[in-house]
Amino acid sequence: MDEVSATEPDPGAGDAEHGVIQTRGLTKRYRGGQLAVDGLDLTVPAGSVFGFLGPNGSGKTTTIRMLMGLIEPTSGTARLLGRPMPRASRAVLPHVGALIEGPALYGFLSGKDNLLRYDAADPTADPRTRRARVAAALDRVGLTAAAGKKAKAYSLGMKQRLGLAAALLQPRRLLVLDEPTNGLDPQGMREIRSLVRELASDGTTVFLSSHLLDEIEQVCTHAAVMAQGRLITQGAVADLAAGARGRLVVTTPDTGDAARVLKEQGVADVVVAEDRVTAEPPEGELAELNAALVTAGVRVRGFVVERASLEDAFVALTGEGFDVAG
Amino acid sequence: MSRAETPMRQAGAEPPEVAAPGAVRAPSPLWTFGLLRNELVTTFRRWRTLALLGVLAAVPVLVGIAVKIETRDGSSAGGGGGAGPAFIAQITNNGLFLVFTALAATLPFFLPMAIGVVAGDAIAGEANAGTLRYLLVAPAGRSRLLLTKYATVMAFCLVATLVVAVAALIMGALLFPLGELTTISGTRISFADGLGRALLIALVVAASLTGIAALGLFISTLTNSGIAAMATTVGLLITVQILDQIPQLHALQPYFFSHYWLSFADLMREPVYWDNLVNNLGLQALYAGVFGSAAWARFTTRDVTA
Ligand SMILES: Nc1ncnc2c1ncn2[C@@H]1O[C@H](COP(=O)(O)OP(=O)(O)O)[C@@H](O)[C@H]1O
Ligand SMILES: [Mg+2]
Repeated sequence: MDEVSATEPDPGAGDAEHGVIQTRGLTKRYRGGQLAVDGLDLTVPAGSVFGFLGPNGSGKTTTIRMLMGLIEPTSGTARLLGRPMPRASRAVLPHVGALIEGPALYGFLSGKDNLLRYDAADPTADPRTRRARVAAALDRVGLTAAAGKKAKAYSLGMKQRLGLAAALLQPRRLLVLDEPTNGLDPQGMREIRSLVRELASDGTTVFLSSHLLDEIEQVCTHAAVMAQGRLITQGAVADLAAGARGRLVVTTPDTGDAARVLKEQGVADVVVAEDRVTAEPPEGELAELNAALVTAGVRVRGFVVERASLEDAFVALTGEGFDVAG
Repeated sequence: MSRAETPMRQAGAEPPEVAAPGAVRAPSPLWTFGLLRNELVTTFRRWRTLALLGVLAAVPVLVGIAVKIETRDGSSAGGGGGAGPAFIAQITNNGLFLVFTALAATLPFFLPMAIGVVAGDAIAGEANAGTLRYLLVAPAGRSRLLLTKYATVMAFCLVATLVVAVAALIMGALLFPLGELTTISGTRISFADGLGRALLIALVVAASLTGIAALGLFISTLTNSGIAAMATTVGLLITVQILDQIPQLHALQPYFFSHYWLSFADLMREPVYWDNLVNNLGLQALYAGVFGSAAWARFTTRDVTA
């Protein structure tokens, strides 16, 4: 798996055209017969913060393992920084920092010694700058004070930070973070998110998997949605949310009348629920619709178009929740 | 959600010696040994490694004290006959024989068991802890990591053997006289010559362990449980040692990795009797080749999901 020399020309020279990560028909069937990833075509643009969204068991970690050369795809191809994986591991991986399925540390070593070991494992890492880089990485994740403590005495949040520090030992072109906020308290989550934003503003492409929609919505510029090993959709977060249209919501005690008037006005998909009537927002002027309701004697207490969130998009796309027909 | 609320450091504050992205320079070929150095330091700093070495050092100490107590009245150790480990009867005359006795006493079980623990845990232990995936994405390189692990296990073989030999030498010097010694063939050799042979014997004993080291490393690539790999390796050692005693299996016995282990005693003959020594070293090389290749074939193609 390491026949490609680390001294080959700069990997990823063609990031712009091909994407920092590009997979074609990527498929993994585990030895137990479980089809974990099924024909994945993923393109991650350079410079994006790319959210890889899917419920637990949808194949996110499996995809990341294939991208990082830890497991062999059953079929299909994966390219990282424009180079084929796992063949080009040695040339590509020094440019990639990764957190995969949570941190893994040597409990009997101090935080600093853990990082020294991971850095020594990278044959391109200059031993003359090793200590300085380890200190800088520890500082960056706020662990300088705990650097000398044995890793087994670290809290989960500290372990997660140390894992992130390992991904930041060298300047990276790509960071692959598999559920980096898993198990953290809200404060820890905020810290990780702001670190991700900070790294992205340095120009590093960040590939971030998560099963939390709001996380993706808060930090990502692009997203892909996975369900049961299949890619449902991918694109810019704004486009994805726009793809799921908002809902017109009328709050009124006269739901029957309101629904009738809306239908008369040509509004589609009218649904009555308790004291709310929801519908697909029409193309025309909303004020006229409201006027029509009022004219018909409907006591309108609320009249809004609720903006679609990524969650709506997700629900619509995966067919979970109300929109079962999807 | 402002950045001010986080203790994490702001971007662009790395020290100046950190290169710009994409400017990773061609590594010096020597840098590849950084992992080996780190692996050696990590292994020998582990509490478990030190405990194993401590147990090994205790064997010659106990044997020395036992012989001293047993021979207080002037009788010879081992009842003067063939009982007990090789050379034990000569310790009272010359403390240097404690080195040979201690090696003969630890080679059948203690030494290979310690090797089995370290070798069995080498890959499986990293897989178990999940650290294997981070070493691989570093990227350590699978072949490089496996070679590093094997080299470290071999270094442990050497250190473990030397610990037994040195502890025995110190104990022998403290409790018994030192001086000229008699070889198995009955000739006399100087103490310096004897010391040289003791060192040679220690090296041969260490080399005798390369077979089980390769076997343990191979087993270590098969599983994600360090404990299972250690137990399997040590279990195999015990099984082979038992089978080596069953006369009906004599046709197979020359292929057991432990079959020629005690041939190191032939270095104490004058002239040295080489046949079994050569057989032993050849057999160890065969095991290292076969199981080293098997470990490589397995490790470079396996899915690392732990
Ligand atoms: N090592 C493995 N062997 C067999 N099946 C696995 C293995 N790892 C994961 N799976 C299965 O593959 C599917 C996808 O898992 P995973 O990639 O971990 O999903 P996610 O990271 O999105 O939660 C799940 O059904 C899971 O049970
Ligand atoms: Mg996962």
